Amino acid sequence: MIRRLLLLLVLAGPVMAEETGEETIVSGLSQNRVSITADFDGSEILVYGAVRRNAPPPEGGPLSVIVTVEGPATPVIVRRKGQVAGIWVNTDEVQIDSAPSFYAVVTTGPLDQILSDTENLRYAITIERVIRAVGISQEASRSGEFILALLRVRTQEGRFRLLEGKVELTDDTLFRADVVLPANLTEGTYKVRLFLLRDKQVVAHQERLIGVRKVGLERFIFNLAREQPLIYGLLSLALAAVAGWGASALFRFLRA
Amino acid sequence: MQLYLPIAEVSVNAFVLLGLGGIVGFLSGMFGVGGGFLITPLLFFIGVPPAVAVATGANQVVASSISGVLAQLRRKGVDFQMGGVLLAGGLCGSAIGVWVFRLMTAAGQVDLFIQLSYVFFLGLIGVMMLRESLGSMRRARVPGAPVRRSHVHSWAHRLPLKMKFRASGLYISIIPPAIIGALVGFLAAIMGVGGGFIMVPAMIYLLGMPTRVVIGTSLFQIIFVTAFTTIMHAVSSQTVDMLLALLLILGGVIGAQIGTQVGARLKAEQLRVLLSLLVLAVSVRIAVDLLVTPVELFSVAPGVMP
Repeated sequence: MIRRLLLLLVLAGPVMAEETGEETIVSGLSQNRVSITADFDGSEILVYGAVRRNAPPPEGGPLSVIVTVEGPATPVIVRRKGQVAGIWVNTDEVQIDSAPSFYAVVTTGPLDQILSDTENLRYAITIERVIRAVGISQEASRSGEFILALLRVRTQEGRFRLLEGKVELTDDTLFRADVVLPANLTEGTYKVRLFLLRDKQVVAHQERLIGVRKVGLERFIFNLAREQPLIYGLLSLALAAVAGWGASALFRFLRA
Repeated sequence: MQLYLPIAEVSVNAFVLLGLGGIVGFLSGMFGVGGGFLITPLLFFIGVPPAVAVATGANQVVASSISGVLAQLRRKGVDFQMGGVLLAGGLCGSAIGVWVFRLMTAAGQVDLFIQLSYVFFLGLIGVMMLRESLGSMRRARVPGAPVRRSHVHSWAHRLPLKMKFRASGLYISIIPPAIIGALVGFLAAIMGVGGGFIMVPAMIYLLGMPTRVVIGTSLFQIIFVTAFTTIMHAVSSQTVDMLLALLLILGGVIGAQIGTQVGARLKAEQLRVLLSLLVLAVSVRIAVDLLVTPVELFSVAPGVMP
């Protein structure tokens, strides 16, 4: 297994982090591109790597690894329902400037034991830190509640994931993490970040990108809808007309 | 078989979509309603974003209505004159409806507005139809009971601009059908449906048209109203999902053909009782959503760039 991973490292053209500390990351991804085809039903990304050292491992706490995968961010509106005259209606809303469409955190152990708050603040590792809530409107004073609701809703949808203890670390050197991308994936560039930690401090980090693109029929339909909306609309109608007439003709033929 | 929808950006089972299309098409062919009031909530339920569900639902209704009209045409069940008058009114009403819809969207309460109009109109029409059709079934069972005249001479016959509607056997003013068309077009644009469930009872009870031509004429009119809606959505919000529509249509056109056959075998009163029960069920279902405390009070919607 280890030999195969090392072979993969060589083949995939490993990217080396800047030499900032004594330990650096050498990493690879099982794929740099995810193609959304008509039968796309989610995808699995294997993030693997090794710790490169020029000297024996430094003194200090055990080595930990955190891998994050972040999808393209969009602004979102979180609405809350309230009871007005007996019926439930949307009463409050909070605009959140930027929330990732997908976010997974995979670690070697429980986050609170391997990551300090200051390092989390500095590198924006947990999902709470990633969501920029600067533009929350003033009138809704309990905006924290809305951010928690966003986390809860997206976690239920499988868009936000925290997988503690799912990074495999071998001999304090080799590591791998499997991240499952869901079927309801948004197109765009996905950012993979790798962090090495000792004593809750980040000692090395690295960033890589995965392109998620619609291809084939999916690409064609999507582009046509965006670039030629009138033609697209007429084409949809023509499709409907042909199908409607075709079924009618077919049934008459079958009965005749 | 899972299928990734390019515009909705979700992956759904292709057979579920075929099945949904089939059920809605069946009802469409049987009752002469477009089925928009069923397909849209069903698509929400399987996780298609609301904007895509409304727009693609309209596209699907076009196909099942065409299929249904062609079947009705062979039974001489389409009154083109009446359909034309209704349609002229319908397009005017639809344009006003689109404008009101935009005002409600700006006010941020469009979901509530749609839900309330569903509950109110479906409930009202369901109750009216159920009462009337149960009454006429009871009369039919009692021998010697006075037969209700198919249509009575009313204020509608004293208005100017009279026209002969041969297929319906009516000689009435074009003003009432034009007003009904406009009203239905208005509601259709607001609720994102073809409006057949309002049009069918309006043609029977308000215009006194024979049931024989009601379904075909209603479908004829729905084709154009939903085609108009589809184009509007495709151009303004790019929310028509062609792949989703194709699967719903495939199921729908087949369902519509079977529905038309079954509908032709049932008695008109039975058909109306069934339709009214269906309409009431959808109305109650939406009302329950509004009244029961939701499990999740919060909802997440895509925002706009500030």
